[in-house]
Amino acid sequence: MSSLGIVSPQVMHFKSPLRLSSGASLADYTLVYETYGTLNADRSNAVLVCHALNASHHVAGMYEGEGGNKNLGWWDNMVGPGKPLDTDRFFVIGINNPGSCFGSTGPMHVNPATGKPYGADFPVVTVEDWVRAQAGLADEFGIRQFAAVMGGSLGGMQALSWSILFPDRVRHAIVIASTPKLSAQNIAFNDVARQAILTDPDFHGGDYYAHGVVPRRGLRVARMVGHITYLSDDSMAEKFGRELRNGGYQFSYDIDFEIESYLRYQGDKFSEYFDANTYLLITKALDYFDPAKDYGNDLTKALANTQAQFLLVSFTTDWRFPPERSREIVQALVNNKRKVTYAEIAAPHGHDAFLLDDPRYMNTVRAYYDRVWQEINNRRRT
Amino acid sequence: MNFRELSVLRADLAFIAHWVREASHVLDLGCGDGVMLEYLQSDKLCIGYGVEIDDNKIPQCIERGVAVIQQDLEAGLAMFADNAFDTVLCLSALQMMKNVEGVLRDIARVGREAIVSFPNFAYWPHRVSLLRGRMPVSKTLPYEWYDTPNLRCATIKDFAELANRVGLEVLECVALHKGKPVGFLPNWRGSLAVFRLRKK
Repeated sequence: MSSLGIVSPQVMHFKSPLRLSSGASLADYTLVYETYGTLNADRSNAVLVCHALNASHHVAGMYEGEGGNKNLGWWDNMVGPGKPLDTDRFFVIGINNPGSCFGSTGPMHVNPATGKPYGADFPVVTVEDWVRAQAGLADEFGIRQFAAVMGGSLGGMQALSWSILFPDRVRHAIVIASTPKLSAQNIAFNDVARQAILTDPDFHGGDYYAHGVVPRRGLRVARMVGHITYLSDDSMAEKFGRELRNGGYQFSYDIDFEIESYLRYQGDKFSEYFDANTYLLITKALDYFDPAKDYGNDLTKALANTQAQFLLVSFTTDWRFPPERSREIVQALVNNKRKVTYAEIAAPHGHDAFLLDDPRYMNTVRAYYDRVWQEINNRRRT
Repeated sequence: MNFRELSVLRADLAFIAHWVREASHVLDLGCGDGVMLEYLQSDKLCIGYGVEIDDNKIPQCIERGVAVIQQDLEAGLAMFADNAFDTVLCLSALQMMKNVEGVLRDIARVGREAIVSFPNFAYWPHRVSLLRGRMPVSKTLPYEWYDTPNLRCATIKDFAELANRVGLEVLECVALHKGKPVGFLPNWRGSLAVFRLRKK
Protein backbone atom coordinates (compact mmCIF):
# COMPACT_ATOMS: atom_id res chain seq x y z
CA MET A 1 0.00 0.00 0.00
CA SER A 2 1.37 3.36 -0.98
CA SER A 3 1.68 6.04 1.63
CA LEU A 4 1.14 8.76 -0.98
CA GLY A 5 -2.43 7.61 -1.48
CA ILE A 6 -4.33 8.52 -4.63
CA VAL A 7 -2.42 10.55 -7.20
CA SER A 8 -3.45 11.86 -10.58
CA PRO A 9 -1.48 12.70 -13.70
CA GLN A 10 -1.30 16.21 -15.12
CA VAL A 11 -0.80 17.42 -18.66
CA MET A 12 1.29 20.24 -20.09
CA HIS A 13 1.14 21.31 -23.69
CA PHE A 14 4.09 22.91 -25.49
CA LYS A 15 3.49 25.08 -28.53
CA SER A 16 7.10 25.60 -29.55
CA PRO A 17 8.70 22.73 -31.45
CA LEU A 18 10.98 20.20 -29.76
CA ARG A 19 14.09 19.95 -31.93
CA LEU A 20 15.43 16.43 -31.90
CA SER A 21 18.95 15.04 -32.20
CA SER A 22 18.01 13.40 -35.50
CA GLY A 23 17.36 16.80 -37.09
CA ALA A 24 13.61 16.21 -37.08
CA SER A 25 11.34 18.03 -34.68
CA LEU A 26 8.00 17.65 -32.96
CA ALA A 27 5.93 20.68 -34.02
CA ASP A 28 4.06 20.78 -30.77
CA TYR A 29 3.82 18.22 -28.05
CA THR A 30 2.26 17.24 -24.77
CA LEU A 31 3.97 15.94 -21.66
CA VAL A 32 2.14 13.99 -19.00
CA TYR A 33 3.61 14.16 -15.52
CA GLU A 34 2.92 13.64 -11.85
CA THR A 35 4.22 15.56 -8.87
CA TYR A 36 4.44 14.63 -5.20
CA GLY A 37 5.26 16.86 -2.27
CA THR A 38 5.43 20.64 -2.27
CA LEU A 39 7.77 22.92 -4.14
CA ASN A 40 9.35 25.28 -1.59
CA ALA A 41 9.46 29.05 -1.97
CA ASP A 42 12.96 29.25 -3.47
CA ARG A 43 12.27 26.16 -5.63
CA SER A 44 15.36 24.42 -4.31
CA ASN A 45 13.80 21.11 -3.29
CA ALA A 46 12.77 19.73 -6.69
CA VAL A 47 13.82 16.22 -7.68
CA LEU A 48 13.24 14.79 -11.13
CA VAL A 49 12.77 11.03 -11.37
CA CYS A 50 13.40 9.67 -14.87
CA HIS A 51 11.74 6.47 -16.04
CA ALA A 52 13.20 3.47 -17.81
CA LEU A 53 12.00 1.41 -20.76
CA ASN A 54 8.56 0.21 -19.76
CA ALA A 55 7.67 2.70 -17.02
CA SER A 56 6.07 6.12 -16.99
CA HIS A 57 5.42 9.32 -15.08
CA HIS A 58 3.50 7.23 -12.54
CA VAL A 59 6.44 6.95 -10.13
CA ALA A 60 4.61 6.67 -6.82
CA GLY A 61 1.17 6.62 -5.28
CA MET A 62 -1.92 4.91 -6.66
CA TYR A 63 -4.49 5.70 -9.29
CA GLU A 64 -8.07 6.12 -8.19
CA GLY A 65 -10.58 3.36 -8.76
CA GLU A 66 -7.96 0.83 -9.75
CA GLY A 67 -7.23 -1.05 -6.58
CA GLY A 68 -4.48 -3.52 -5.91
CA ASN A 69 -0.74 -3.30 -6.33
CA LYS A 70 -0.96 -3.24 -10.11
CA ASN A 71 -1.50 0.47 -10.26
CA LEU A 72 1.04 1.41 -7.69
CA GLY A 73 3.77 3.70 -9.04
CA TRP A 74 6.81 1.82 -10.30
CA TRP A 75 9.14 3.29 -7.67
CA ASP A 76 6.65 3.58 -4.81
CA ASN A 77 9.09 1.77 -2.50
CA MET A 78 11.62 4.55 -3.12
CA VAL A 79 9.46 7.67 -3.34
CA GLY A 80 6.88 8.84 -0.81
CA PRO A 81 6.46 10.23 2.69
CA GLY A 82 9.26 8.83 4.88
CA LYS A 83 10.69 6.84 1.95
CA PRO A 84 14.35 7.22 0.88
CA LEU A 85 13.27 10.02 -1.47
CA ASP A 86 11.02 11.67 1.08
CA THR A 87 8.11 13.62 -0.42
CA ASP A 88 7.63 15.39 2.92
CA ARG A 89 10.92 17.13 2.10
CA PHE A 90 11.24 17.09 -1.66
CA PHE A 91 9.02 18.08 -4.55
CA VAL A 92 9.26 15.11 -6.86
CA ILE A 93 8.37 15.15 -10.56
CA GLY A 94 7.87 12.13 -12.79
CA ILE A 95 7.60 12.93 -16.50
CA ASN A 96 6.48 10.61 -19.26
CA ASN A 97 8.96 10.91 -22.11
CA PRO A 98 7.90 11.80 -25.66
CA GLY A 99 7.60 8.69 -27.81
CA SER A 100 6.18 6.75 -24.90
CA CYS A 101 2.73 5.18 -24.86
CA PHE A 102 1.51 6.48 -21.52
CA GLY A 103 0.13 9.87 -22.49
CA SER A 104 2.93 12.14 -23.67
CA THR A 105 3.06 12.70 -27.41
CA GLY A 106 3.87 9.36 -28.98
CA PRO A 107 3.43 7.19 -32.05
CA MET A 108 -0.27 6.50 -31.43
CA HIS A 109 -1.08 10.20 -31.41
CA VAL A 110 -2.21 12.09 -34.47
CA ASN A 111 0.53 13.61 -36.55
CA PRO A 112 -0.68 17.17 -37.26
CA ALA A 113 1.04 17.02 -40.66
CA THR A 114 -1.00 14.05 -41.90
CA GLY A 115 -4.05 13.90 -39.66
CA LYS A 116 -3.26 10.23 -39.00
CA PRO A 117 -1.45 8.53 -36.13
CA TYR A 118 2.33 8.89 -36.37
CA GLY A 119 2.92 5.15 -36.23
CA ALA A 120 6.36 4.31 -37.52
CA ASP A 121 6.76 7.92 -38.72
CA PHE A 122 7.22 9.13 -35.18
CA PRO A 123 10.73 10.59 -35.18
CA VAL A 124 13.43 8.59 -33.42
CA VAL A 125 14.08 10.24 -30.07
CA THR A 126 17.23 10.11 -27.96
CA VAL A 127 17.99 10.35 -24.28
CA GLU A 128 19.21 13.89 -24.92
CA ASP A 129 15.87 14.80 -26.58
CA TRP A 130 14.03 13.57 -23.52
CA VAL A 131 16.27 15.56 -21.23
CA ARG A 132 15.60 18.73 -23.24
CA ALA A 133 11.84 18.08 -23.08
CA GLN A 134 12.10 17.56 -19.33
CA ALA A 135 14.04 20.82 -19.01
CA GLY A 136 11.16 22.57 -20.80
CA LEU A 137 8.75 21.31 -18.17
CA ALA A 138 11.12 22.38 -15.38
CA ASP A 139 11.15 25.87 -16.93
CA GLU A 140 7.37 26.02 -16.70
CA PHE A 141 7.63 25.24 -13.00
CA GLY A 142 10.28 27.94 -12.61
CA ILE A 143 12.74 25.30 -11.44
CA ARG A 144 16.13 26.71 -12.32
CA GLN A 145 18.10 23.89 -10.70
CA PHE A 146 17.07 20.45 -9.51
CA ALA A 147 18.25 19.35 -6.08
CA ALA A 148 18.64 15.97 -7.77
CA VAL A 149 17.91 14.17 -11.00
CA MET A 150 17.59 10.44 -10.45
CA GLY A 151 16.93 7.33 -12.47
CA GLY A 152 17.67 3.65 -12.83
CA SER A 153 18.81 1.91 -16.02
CA LEU A 154 17.64 4.07 -18.95
CA GLY A 155 16.49 6.57 -16.30
CA GLY A 156 20.06 6.71 -15.02
CA MET A 157 21.23 7.60 -18.52
CA GLN A 158 18.88 10.57 -18.42
CA ALA A 159 20.28 11.66 -15.05
CA LEU A 160 23.81 11.39 -16.45
CA SER A 161 22.78 13.26 -19.57
CA TRP A 162 21.26 16.06 -17.46
CA SER A 163 24.62 16.56 -15.76
CA ILE A 164 26.27 16.95 -19.17
CA LEU A 165 23.64 18.99 -21.05
CA PHE A 166 22.61 21.25 -18.18
CA PRO A 167 25.58 21.24 -15.79
CA ASP A 168 24.32 24.14 -13.68
CA ARG A 169 20.78 22.83 -13.39
CA VAL A 170 21.59 19.64 -11.45
CA ARG A 171 23.07 19.67 -7.96
CA HIS A 172 23.08 15.89 -7.63
CA ALA A 173 22.84 13.21 -10.28
CA ILE A 174 21.79 9.81 -8.97
CA VAL A 175 22.56 7.14 -11.53
CA ILE A 176 21.48 3.60 -10.64
CA ALA A 177 22.14 0.32 -12.49
CA SER A 178 23.09 2.26 -15.59
CA THR A 179 25.82 2.49 -18.18
CA PRO A 180 27.65 5.14 -20.20
CA LYS A 181 26.72 3.21 -23.36
CA LEU A 182 25.26 -0.09 -24.47
CA SER A 183 27.56 -3.00 -25.23
CA ALA A 184 27.34 -4.98 -28.47
CA GLN A 185 25.51 -7.66 -26.49
CA ASN A 186 22.97 -5.13 -25.18
CA ILE A 187 22.34 -3.85 -28.70
CA ALA A 188 22.05 -7.41 -29.97
CA PHE A 189 19.30 -8.20 -27.46
CA ASN A 190 17.51 -4.99 -28.40
CA ASP A 191 17.63 -5.89 -32.06
CA VAL A 192 16.20 -9.36 -31.43
CA ALA A 193 13.32 -7.60 -29.69
CA ARG A 194 12.90 -5.15 -32.56
CA GLN A 195 13.02 -7.90 -35.17
CA ALA A 196 10.31 -9.78 -33.32
CA ILE A 197 8.07 -6.71 -33.64
CA LEU A 198 9.09 -5.68 -37.15
CA THR A 199 8.49 -9.16 -38.57
CA ASP A 200 5.12 -9.64 -36.91
CA PRO A 201 2.55 -9.70 -39.77
CA ASP A 202 0.32 -7.51 -37.61
CA PHE A 203 2.93 -4.76 -37.50
CA HIS A 204 1.91 -3.34 -40.90
CA GLY A 205 4.96 -1.12 -41.12
CA GLY A 206 3.97 0.52 -37.84
CA ASP A 207 0.48 1.49 -39.02
CA TYR A 208 -1.30 -1.31 -37.19
CA TYR A 209 -3.62 1.26 -35.54
CA ALA A 210 -5.35 1.76 -38.90
CA HIS A 211 -5.74 -2.00 -39.28
CA GLY A 212 -7.29 -2.40 -35.86
CA VAL A 213 -4.66 -4.91 -34.77
CA VAL A 214 -1.66 -5.03 -32.46
CA PRO A 215 1.60 -6.88 -33.23
CA ARG A 216 1.06 -8.83 -30.08
CA ARG A 217 3.28 -11.78 -30.94
CA GLY A 218 6.22 -9.51 -31.63
CA LEU A 219 5.71 -7.55 -28.45
CA ARG A 220 5.46 -10.76 -26.45
CA VAL A 221 8.76 -12.10 -27.74
CA ALA A 222 10.37 -8.67 -27.31
CA ARG A 223 9.28 -8.58 -23.70
CA MET A 224 10.36 -12.17 -23.08
CA VAL A 225 13.86 -11.46 -24.39
CA GLY A 226 14.05 -8.22 -22.43
CA HIS A 227 12.83 -9.85 -19.27
CA ILE A 228 15.54 -12.51 -19.41
CA THR A 229 18.15 -9.77 -19.35
CA TYR A 230 16.57 -8.18 -16.26
CA LEU A 231 16.97 -11.30 -14.13
CA SER A 232 20.12 -13.03 -12.96
CA ASP A 233 20.85 -16.67 -13.68
CA ASP A 234 20.77 -17.29 -9.93
CA SER A 235 17.44 -15.59 -9.30
CA MET A 236 15.87 -17.49 -12.20
CA ALA A 237 17.32 -20.74 -10.87
CA GLU A 238 16.02 -20.00 -7.42
CA LYS A 239 12.58 -18.86 -8.53
CA PHE A 240 11.94 -21.47 -11.21
CA GLY A 241 14.79 -23.92 -11.48
CA ARG A 242 13.65 -26.75 -13.75
CA GLU A 243 10.26 -26.94 -12.10
CA LEU A 244 7.64 -28.46 -14.32
CA ARG A 245 4.16 -27.11 -14.71
CA ASN A 246 2.42 -30.47 -14.81
CA GLY A 247 4.78 -32.73 -12.94
CA GLY A 248 6.21 -34.40 -16.02
CA TYR A 249 7.29 -33.71 -19.60
CA GLN A 250 4.41 -33.08 -22.00
CA PHE A 251 6.36 -34.16 -25.11
CA SER A 252 4.84 -31.19 -26.91
CA TYR A 253 5.57 -27.51 -27.48
CA ASP A 254 3.13 -26.36 -24.85
CA ILE A 255 4.41 -25.14 -21.54
CA ASP A 256 6.61 -27.68 -19.77
CA PHE A 257 8.72 -25.55 -17.46
CA GLU A 258 7.57 -22.91 -15.00
CA ILE A 259 10.03 -20.42 -16.48
CA GLU A 260 8.22 -20.74 -19.82
CA SER A 261 4.92 -20.10 -18.13
CA TYR A 262 6.32 -17.07 -16.33
CA LEU A 263 7.89 -15.50 -19.41
CA ARG A 264 4.80 -16.09 -21.54
CA TYR A 265 2.67 -14.53 -18.84
CA GLN A 266 4.97 -11.51 -18.69
CA GLY A 267 4.90 -11.26 -22.48
CA ASP A 268 1.11 -11.48 -22.64
CA LYS A 269 0.59 -8.90 -19.94
CA PHE A 270 3.07 -6.53 -21.57
CA SER A 271 1.55 -6.88 -25.03
CA GLU A 272 -1.78 -5.74 -23.64
CA TYR A 273 -0.62 -2.37 -22.41
CA PHE A 274 2.56 -1.50 -24.26
CA ASP A 275 2.83 -0.03 -27.74
CA ALA A 276 5.05 -1.73 -30.31
CA ASN A 277 6.22 1.51 -31.94
CA THR A 278 7.18 2.83 -28.52
CA TYR A 279 9.18 -0.32 -27.84
CA LEU A 280 11.09 0.23 -31.08
CA LEU A 281 11.72 3.88 -30.25
CA ILE A 282 12.91 3.32 -26.72
CA THR A 283 15.27 0.49 -27.63
CA LYS A 284 16.78 2.82 -30.25
CA ALA A 285 17.21 5.56 -27.64
CA LEU A 286 19.06 3.01 -25.52
CA ASP A 287 21.28 1.93 -28.41
CA TYR A 288 22.15 5.50 -29.40
CA PHE A 289 23.07 6.70 -25.91
CA ASP A 290 26.80 7.30 -25.86
CA PRO A 291 27.72 10.74 -24.48
CA ALA A 292 31.45 10.08 -24.98
CA LYS A 293 30.94 9.75 -28.73
CA ASP A 294 31.08 13.51 -29.27
CA TYR A 295 34.26 13.71 -27.19
CA GLY A 296 36.52 11.31 -29.08
CA ASN A 297 35.03 8.38 -27.14
CA ASP A 298 36.58 9.83 -24.01
CA LEU A 299 34.09 9.68 -21.14
CA THR A 300 36.38 11.75 -18.93
CA LYS A 301 36.15 14.59 -21.45
CA ALA A 302 32.39 14.12 -21.83
CA LEU A 303 31.99 14.62 -18.08
CA ALA A 304 34.54 17.45 -17.77
CA ASN A 305 31.91 20.19 -17.74
CA THR A 306 29.64 18.58 -15.20
CA GLN A 307 29.11 20.47 -11.96
CA ALA A 308 26.88 18.03 -10.14
CA GLN A 309 27.78 15.71 -7.32
CA PHE A 310 27.09 12.08 -8.12
CA LEU A 311 25.78 8.94 -6.53
CA LEU A 312 26.17 5.75 -8.55
CA VAL A 313 24.79 2.39 -7.52
CA SER A 314 25.24 -0.93 -9.26
CA PHE A 315 24.28 -4.50 -8.45
CA THR A 316 26.77 -7.35 -8.63
CA THR A 317 24.48 -9.81 -10.43
CA ASP A 318 23.28 -7.27 -13.02
CA TRP A 319 24.64 -8.64 -16.28
CA ARG A 320 22.65 -6.23 -18.42
CA PHE A 321 24.45 -3.17 -17.04
CA PRO A 322 27.08 -4.76 -14.81
CA PRO A 323 29.13 -2.94 -12.13
CA GLU A 324 32.02 -2.50 -14.60
CA ARG A 325 29.85 -0.06 -16.59
CA SER A 326 29.08 2.02 -13.50
CA ARG A 327 32.75 1.95 -12.54
CA GLU A 328 33.61 3.45 -15.95
CA ILE A 329 31.41 6.42 -15.08
CA VAL A 330 32.90 6.65 -11.58
CA GLN A 331 36.41 6.55 -12.99
CA ALA A 332 35.66 9.32 -15.49
CA LEU A 333 34.23 11.42 -12.65
CA VAL A 334 37.24 10.70 -10.43
CA ASN A 335 39.50 11.77 -13.29
CA ASN A 336 37.61 15.07 -13.23
CA LYS A 337 37.84 15.27 -9.43
CA ARG A 338 34.04 15.33 -9.18
CA LYS A 339 32.47 14.44 -5.89
CA VAL A 340 31.19 10.93 -6.51
CA THR A 341 29.96 8.19 -4.23
CA TYR A 342 29.64 4.65 -5.52
CA ALA A 343 27.87 1.72 -3.92
CA GLU A 344 28.14 -1.76 -5.35
CA ILE A 345 25.37 -3.86 -3.84
CA ALA A 346 25.84 -7.63 -3.73
CA ALA A 347 22.18 -8.31 -4.53
CA PRO A 348 21.08 -11.56 -6.19
CA HIS A 349 18.30 -10.13 -8.38
CA GLY A 350 20.15 -8.95 -11.47
CA HIS A 351 19.19 -5.73 -13.23
CA ASP A 352 15.75 -5.73 -11.60
CA ALA A 353 17.41 -5.13 -8.22
CA PHE A 354 17.16 -1.39 -8.77
CA LEU A 355 13.39 -1.64 -8.34
CA LEU A 356 13.54 -3.89 -5.28
CA ASP A 357 13.91 -3.31 -1.57
CA ASP A 358 17.44 -4.33 -0.63
CA PRO A 359 18.07 -2.53 2.70
CA ARG A 360 21.72 -1.74 1.81
CA TYR A 361 20.54 -0.04 -1.38
CA MET A 362 17.65 1.78 0.28
CA ASN A 363 19.85 2.95 3.19
CA THR A 364 22.44 4.28 0.77
CA VAL A 365 19.90 6.31 -1.19
CA ARG A 366 18.22 7.48 2.01
CA ALA A 367 21.52 8.66 3.49
CA TYR A 368 22.30 10.45 0.25
CA TYR A 369 18.99 12.33 0.20
CA ASP A 370 19.51 13.22 3.88
CA ARG A 371 22.69 15.00 2.80
CA VAL A 372 20.94 16.70 -0.11
CA TRP A 373 18.29 17.90 2.31
CA GLN A 374 20.87 19.21 4.80
CA GLU A 375 22.59 21.01 1.95
CA ILE A 376 19.34 22.73 0.93
CA ASN A 377 18.81 23.91 4.50
CA ASN A 378 22.41 25.08 4.90
CA ARG A 379 22.17 27.10 1.70
CA ARG A 380 19.01 28.71 2.95
CA ARG A 381 20.65 29.78 6.20
CA THR A 382 23.66 31.37 4.52
CA MET B 1 34.17 18.28 12.63
CA ASN B 2 37.00 20.04 14.46
CA PHE B 3 40.27 18.73 15.85
CA ARG B 4 39.01 18.34 19.39
CA GLU B 5 36.09 16.20 18.23
CA LEU B 6 38.41 14.01 16.21
CA SER B 7 40.83 13.68 19.18
CA VAL B 8 37.99 12.43 21.36
CA LEU B 9 36.70 10.01 18.72
CA ARG B 10 40.00 8.70 17.41
CA ALA B 11 43.21 9.91 19.02
CA ASP B 12 45.34 7.97 16.53
CA LEU B 13 43.68 9.72 13.57
CA ALA B 14 44.11 13.09 15.27
CA PHE B 15 47.86 12.47 15.47
CA ILE B 16 48.04 11.32 11.86
CA ALA B 17 45.99 14.30 10.62
CA HIS B 18 48.95 16.57 11.42
CA TRP B 19 50.83 14.91 8.59
CA VAL B 20 48.22 15.79 5.95
CA ARG B 21 48.79 19.16 4.36
CA GLU B 22 45.93 21.64 4.03
CA ALA B 23 43.87 21.59 0.86
CA SER B 24 45.49 18.41 -0.40
CA HIS B 25 43.87 15.76 -2.58
CA VAL B 26 43.46 12.69 -0.40
CA LEU B 27 42.58 9.04 -0.97
CA ASP B 28 41.63 7.15 2.19
CA LEU B 29 41.84 3.40 1.62
CA GLY B 30 39.70 1.43 4.03
CA CYS B 31 38.09 4.67 5.18
CA GLY B 32 35.55 2.96 7.46
CA ASP B 33 32.80 5.37 8.52
CA GLY B 34 34.67 8.26 6.87
CA VAL B 35 35.55 10.11 10.08
CA MET B 36 39.10 10.98 8.96
CA LEU B 37 37.99 12.39 5.62
CA GLU B 38 35.16 14.31 7.23
CA TYR B 39 37.71 15.98 9.50
CA LEU B 40 40.22 16.61 6.70
CA GLN B 41 37.48 18.10 4.51
CA SER B 42 35.96 20.37 7.12
CA ASP B 43 39.03 21.44 9.09
CA LYS B 44 41.88 21.19 6.57
CA LEU B 45 39.91 21.90 3.39
CA CYS B 46 41.09 18.71 1.74
CA ILE B 47 39.13 17.00 -1.03
CA GLY B 48 39.19 13.37 -2.05
CA TYR B 49 37.66 9.95 -1.81
CA GLY B 50 37.32 7.13 0.62
CA VAL B 51 37.45 3.53 -0.49
CA GLU B 52 35.56 1.01 1.60
CA ILE B 53 34.22 -2.51 1.06
CA ASP B 54 31.80 -2.81 4.01
CA ASP B 55 28.13 -2.25 2.99
CA ASN B 56 27.23 -0.85 6.41
CA LYS B 57 29.92 1.81 6.25
CA ILE B 58 28.77 3.32 2.94
CA PRO B 59 25.69 5.15 4.31
CA GLN B 60 27.79 6.30 7.30
CA CYS B 61 30.32 7.89 4.95
CA ILE B 62 27.50 9.52 2.97
CA GLU B 63 26.04 10.96 6.18
CA ARG B 64 29.43 12.51 6.92
CA GLY B 65 29.53 14.06 3.46
CA VAL B 66 32.39 11.82 2.37
CA ALA B 67 32.59 10.70 -1.25
CA VAL B 68 33.09 6.99 -0.81
CA ILE B 69 33.73 4.38 -3.47
CA GLN B 70 32.73 0.85 -2.58
CA GLN B 71 35.46 -1.45 -3.71
CA ASP B 72 37.71 -4.26 -2.59
CA LEU B 73 41.26 -2.91 -2.25
CA GLU B 74 42.60 -6.29 -3.30
CA ALA B 75 40.94 -5.78 -6.69
CA GLY B 76 43.42 -2.99 -7.29
CA LEU B 77 43.20 0.75 -7.67
CA ALA B 78 42.90 0.78 -11.46
CA MET B 79 40.21 3.44 -11.15
CA PHE B 80 42.79 5.95 -9.96
CA ALA B 81 45.44 7.45 -12.21
CA ASP B 82 49.17 7.57 -11.43
CA ASN B 83 50.05 10.32 -8.94
CA ALA B 84 46.39 11.33 -8.72
CA PHE B 85 46.62 12.12 -5.00
CA ASP B 86 48.85 14.24 -2.79
CA THR B 87 48.40 11.79 0.06
CA VAL B 88 47.10 8.24 0.20
CA LEU B 89 45.98 7.09 3.63
CA CYS B 90 45.83 3.41 4.50
CA LEU B 91 45.06 3.37 8.18
CA SER B 92 44.67 0.13 10.13
CA ALA B 93 43.62 -1.63 6.93
CA LEU B 94 46.76 -3.01 5.30
CA GLN B 95 47.02 -5.91 7.76
CA MET B 96 43.69 -7.21 6.43
CA MET B 97 45.01 -7.56 2.89
CA LYS B 98 46.01 -10.83 1.31
CA ASN B 99 48.25 -9.16 -1.21
CA VAL B 100 49.90 -6.53 0.98
CA GLU B 101 52.74 -5.95 -1.44
CA GLY B 102 50.36 -5.42 -4.38
CA VAL B 103 48.24 -2.92 -2.47
CA LEU B 104 51.35 -1.08 -1.29
CA ARG B 105 52.68 -0.88 -4.84
CA ASP B 106 49.34 0.56 -5.94
CA ILE B 107 49.48 3.10 -3.11
CA ALA B 108 52.94 4.14 -4.32
CA ARG B 109 51.58 4.47 -7.85
CA VAL B 110 48.52 6.66 -7.19
CA GLY B 111 49.95 8.87 -4.44
CA ARG B 112 52.87 11.22 -4.06
CA GLU B 113 52.94 10.56 -0.35
CA ALA B 114 51.37 7.85 1.77
CA ILE B 115 50.54 7.40 5.41
CA VAL B 116 50.17 3.80 6.51
CA SER B 117 49.28 2.52 9.95
CA PHE B 118 48.89 -1.01 11.30
CA PRO B 119 48.90 -2.80 14.64
CA ASN B 120 52.47 -3.38 15.76
CA PHE B 121 52.82 -7.10 16.37
CA ALA B 122 55.98 -6.47 18.38
CA TYR B 123 54.10 -4.46 21.02
CA TRP B 124 55.38 -5.89 24.31
CA PRO B 125 52.15 -7.48 25.61
CA HIS B 126 51.98 -9.37 22.30
CA ARG B 127 55.55 -10.60 22.85
CA VAL B 128 54.66 -11.69 26.39
CA SER B 129 51.62 -13.51 25.11
CA LEU B 130 53.73 -15.38 22.56
CA LEU B 131 56.32 -16.23 25.22
CA ARG B 132 53.48 -17.76 27.20
CA GLY B 133 52.66 -19.80 24.12
CA ARG B 134 49.45 -18.00 23.11
CA MET B 135 48.56 -15.75 20.20
CA PRO B 136 48.14 -12.18 21.43
CA VAL B 137 44.67 -10.73 22.02
CA SER B 138 44.76 -7.05 22.94
CA LYS B 139 42.99 -3.77 22.34
CA THR B 140 44.76 -3.33 19.00
CA LEU B 141 44.43 -7.01 18.07
CA PRO B 142 41.08 -7.80 19.65
CA TYR B 143 40.42 -11.06 17.81
CA GLU B 144 41.10 -14.73 18.39
CA TRP B 145 43.50 -16.35 15.95
CA TYR B 146 40.63 -18.18 14.22
CA ASP B 147 38.29 -15.25 13.60
CA THR B 148 40.63 -12.33 13.01
CA PRO B 149 40.25 -10.22 9.87
CA ASN B 150 43.94 -9.36 10.31
CA LEU B 151 45.62 -11.70 7.87
CA ARG B 152 49.09 -10.17 8.26
CA CYS B 153 51.13 -9.66 11.37
CA ALA B 154 53.99 -7.19 11.01
CA THR B 155 56.36 -5.25 13.19
CA ILE B 156 57.74 -1.78 12.57
CA LYS B 157 61.04 -3.24 11.34
CA ASP B 158 59.28 -5.67 8.99
CA PHE B 159 57.19 -2.98 7.36
CA ALA B 160 60.09 -0.58 6.83
CA GLU B 161 61.75 -3.31 4.79
CA LEU B 162 58.73 -3.91 2.54
CA ALA B 163 58.12 -0.18 2.04
CA ASN B 164 61.67 0.18 0.83
CA ARG B 165 61.23 -2.76 -1.54
CA VAL B 166 58.14 -1.29 -3.27
CA GLY B 167 59.86 2.03 -3.87
CA LEU B 168 58.71 4.04 -0.86
CA GLU B 169 61.08 6.10 1.24
CA VAL B 170 60.27 6.29 4.95
CA LEU B 171 59.99 9.98 5.89
CA GLU B 172 58.79 9.40 9.41
CA CYS B 173 57.93 6.43 11.51
CA VAL B 174 56.15 6.77 14.81
CA ALA B 175 54.78 4.21 17.21
CA LEU B 176 51.60 5.30 18.94
CA HIS B 177 49.96 4.03 22.03
CA LYS B 178 46.48 5.29 22.84
CA GLY B 179 46.99 7.88 20.12
CA LYS B 180 50.21 9.28 21.68
CA PRO B 181 53.68 8.83 20.20
CA VAL B 182 56.05 6.54 22.08
CA GLY B 183 59.63 7.86 22.12
CA PHE B 184 61.44 5.21 24.14
CA LEU B 185 61.61 1.66 22.69
CA PRO B 186 58.85 2.31 20.14
CA ASN B 187 58.89 -1.19 18.61
CA TRP B 188 58.22 -2.53 22.12
CA ARG B 189 55.92 0.07 23.58
CA GLY B 190 53.93 1.25 20.56
CA SER B 191 50.72 -0.64 19.77
CA LEU B 192 50.10 1.15 16.47
CA ALA B 193 52.81 1.72 13.87
CA VAL B 194 52.46 4.80 11.67
CA PHE B 195 54.63 5.47 8.62
CA ARG B 196 54.84 8.56 6.48
CA LEU B 197 56.21 7.54 3.12
CA ARG B 198 57.22 9.17 -0.12
CA LYS B 199 57.81 7.76 -3.54
CA LYS B 200 61.55 7.33 -4.09
